[in-house]
Amino acid sequence: MSLEVNGKSYEVDEEGYLADLNTWDSDVAEAMANADGAPLDENHWEVINFLREYYEEYQIAPAVRVLTKQIGKKLGKEKGNSKYLYELFPYGPAKQACKYAGLPKPTGCV
Amino acid sequence: MSEEGIVKKFMYVNRKCPYGTIYALESLEVVLITAAFDQDVSLAFTDDGVYQLMKDQKTDGIGMKNFSSTYAALGDYEIKKIFIDKESLDERGLSISDLQELVWEDEDEDYAEKSSINLVSRAELSKIMSQQDVVMSF
Repeated sequence: MSLEVNGKSYEVDEEGYLADLNTWDSDVAEAMANADGAPLDENHWEVINFLREYYEEYQIAPAVRVLTKQIGKKLGKEKGNSKYLYELFPYGPAKQACKYAGLPKPTGCV
Repeated sequence: MSEEGIVKKFMYVNRKCPYGTIYALESLEVVLITAAFDQDVSLAFTDDGVYQLMKDQKTDGIGMKNFSSTYAALGDYEIKKIFIDKESLDERGLSISDLQELVWEDEDEDYAEKSSINLVSRAELSKIMSQQDVVMSF
């Protein structure tokens, strides 16, 4: 399967996650979010960028509990809670944000 | 995920080299999944399993993903008890300084980093194993 954005083609799996992390760019993230009907703003980007950095360092997408705690540490307690993150990513912060970030589905995500 | 579910003591015993078989990677995945369910998880590294925590792993030559950096995320998953069998290190001419340092952050102390690594003898490890509810060997 593939996703066409601005004439560029991105390989994705059956759930819409990018097949290759290295093909990611901000265009494909925007396109995925627009397709879900919720364009990205700077608050979404904070989380997406955090996830990409976390993956770069640890080679995994963090479980939602870990994401929540780490966001709290990095961006402040008012953002490190599931209410805030679910408002940004109603399909589940780890799942949906990881998808936009081009990461595989989080380990431990069932 | 229930807030007041039963918490059991799970120990994952890692005995094999990191690459060549899928055991090490599978163990790590299972560990991360179990931790997400709020269980009391500890890890033991014994026999060739001590190689899993070696610093500076490079896997380009064997075409495998280097997953050794993932061990550093264990602290984020509240896994704070990592037992290393000292005799296994000695038998392989290794010391604790050949292994990654693994830490967890104590939120109550302004995210102070504390070591998760416990160097133990086989006798001590065996005693710790006998105190577990579940021991899984990989």
